[in-house]
Amino acid sequence: MTLPKPPKGNRAKTIMTLLVVLVIFVWAFAGISFNGIKATAWQTVQSIVEGFTHPDWGYVWTGEGEDLISLLVETLAIAILGTIMSSLLSIPFGFWSARSKGQRKIVSSSGKFVSSAIRTFPDIILALLFIKMVGPGSFAGILALGVGAIGMLAKFYSESIEAMDHGPSESVVAAGGNKAKVLFFATLPQLVPEFLSYTLYRFEIAVRYATILGLVGAGGIGTPLIFALNSRSWDRVGIILLGIIVMVTVIDIISGKLRQKLV
Amino acid sequence: MIPNQTTLPKKTGKAKFFTTLTMLLIIIITSAIITDVDFWQLLTNLGQAGYILEQMSHPDWSYVSVVLSPLVETIRMAILGTAFGAILAFPFSLYVARNMESNKAFSSVLRFILNIIRTIPELLLAAVFVAVFGIGPFAGIIALAIFSFGMVTKLFFESIETIDEGPIEALKSSGANRLEIMRFGVIPQVISYYWNYVLFAFEINIRASTVLGYIGAGGIGIFLQRALSQVRYDRVAVIILIIFVVVLAIDYVSNKVREKLL
Repeated sequence: MTLPKPPKGNRAKTIMTLLVVLVIFVWAFAGISFNGIKATAWQTVQSIVEGFTHPDWGYVWTGEGEDLISLLVETLAIAILGTIMSSLLSIPFGFWSARSKGQRKIVSSSGKFVSSAIRTFPDIILALLFIKMVGPGSFAGILALGVGAIGMLAKFYSESIEAMDHGPSESVVAAGGNKAKVLFFATLPQLVPEFLSYTLYRFEIAVRYATILGLVGAGGIGTPLIFALNSRSWDRVGIILLGIIVMVTVIDIISGKLRQKLV
Repeated sequence: MIPNQTTLPKKTGKAKFFTTLTMLLIIIITSAIITDVDFWQLLTNLGQAGYILEQMSHPDWSYVSVVLSPLVETIRMAILGTAFGAILAFPFSLYVARNMESNKAFSSVLRFILNIIRTIPELLLAAVFVAVFGIGPFAGIIALAIFSFGMVTKLFFESIETIDEGPIEALKSSGANRLEIMRFGVIPQVISYYWNYVLFAFEINIRASTVLGYIGAGGIGIFLQRALSQVRYDRVAVIILIIFVVVLAIDYVSNKVREKLL
């Protein structure tokens, strides 16, 4: 008795895929110059380990407003305001790109195009542009997050608008409700929980982004981090990274709990 | 007859709604005070914004030839970062998935480390690695690799946890060892998810790698930084446009590949 042969086409396909991946990989590898590694890398690693195992606890709270906790609060504030700004801006964009009855397709597809164009931009580039407009600081960061998140939120919003159940709004119309009544008693009760859930999700991402905005000068915890990195104070870097990890984890847990409640 | 049958059901949650709203307002106002929000400043600076946009509307097309080679370097960095991260993520995910028979205590320690890694944004990782390895693409590649590793592992081990146990039991009952169970029972069920997540990580890495150079981690970002500090918005416009085109093209290709794979 012989076993059935393994399907051949599948194997050829796997080999082809791996081959293509390998060729791309080799192409990428060949073009990178690896001469940039410092001779002192090993020493640096040792001092990093030394610094990370003895974080600068004195930096956590000094009471002068330039310490870890104050700057983490500032980072959080940037994320909150950025997210709120983008959620407000995304509502018109969401309705614009949602397909609805009796509307030309060009309207919704142009809206979809605009929001995906915004989505393409790395937030840091927006932050750099806003720094040029309003000067370095938290406000530039808020504006960058506020505009940058439109791409993602508008997409989510428009998808939930499209998936909306039309039963309730028809009932309100049948009971003699006008447009405002339809909005308040049928549309909003359905959309608000979903919008809030997506907004919270985006808030989690915004908190992560807000920690890096400071690297380019847009406020928050990133600013002292880049200073500490440049001056090689690894104990300071260690405590800042620890602070970021704790904050992001706590925010994720709280926001996750809230989202579970909503949906 | 039930009394008061004609009255409408009592509205609930009005008080709750208002407390939530008040709390939200307090949070917004406090945040605005902390961050010195000044919309007036934005309005007064609209002229500046207009100037920047005006400058950007005449891109310096001759600059394209200058940024082409760092652009290729950016793409290479994203490929290598994704590849290293993804290669590491494969065995790691198979180990930490809860339904695989690995050491429970050890794999939960690994999952904990994984969660910590995922909280650090890649630009922060890159900034640290630039300090360690010096300015250049190497720091960027390591940062992207660690980020992709965290992301792909998380998504992949979660898919492994949802697989059908049937094939595994069948293999076990016919006397297969652990490696054979992996090879014939587990991997065929999840391999397409794996490629999907790798592509997803690659898309994110392309976006991220375009700005890595800004903090010295190689690629086109350094030219962005240069153009911005020289106030050459015509060049900034070229770089932004190029990044836009590359991201769109990569997204398109990756979507095509995804359709083929799944």
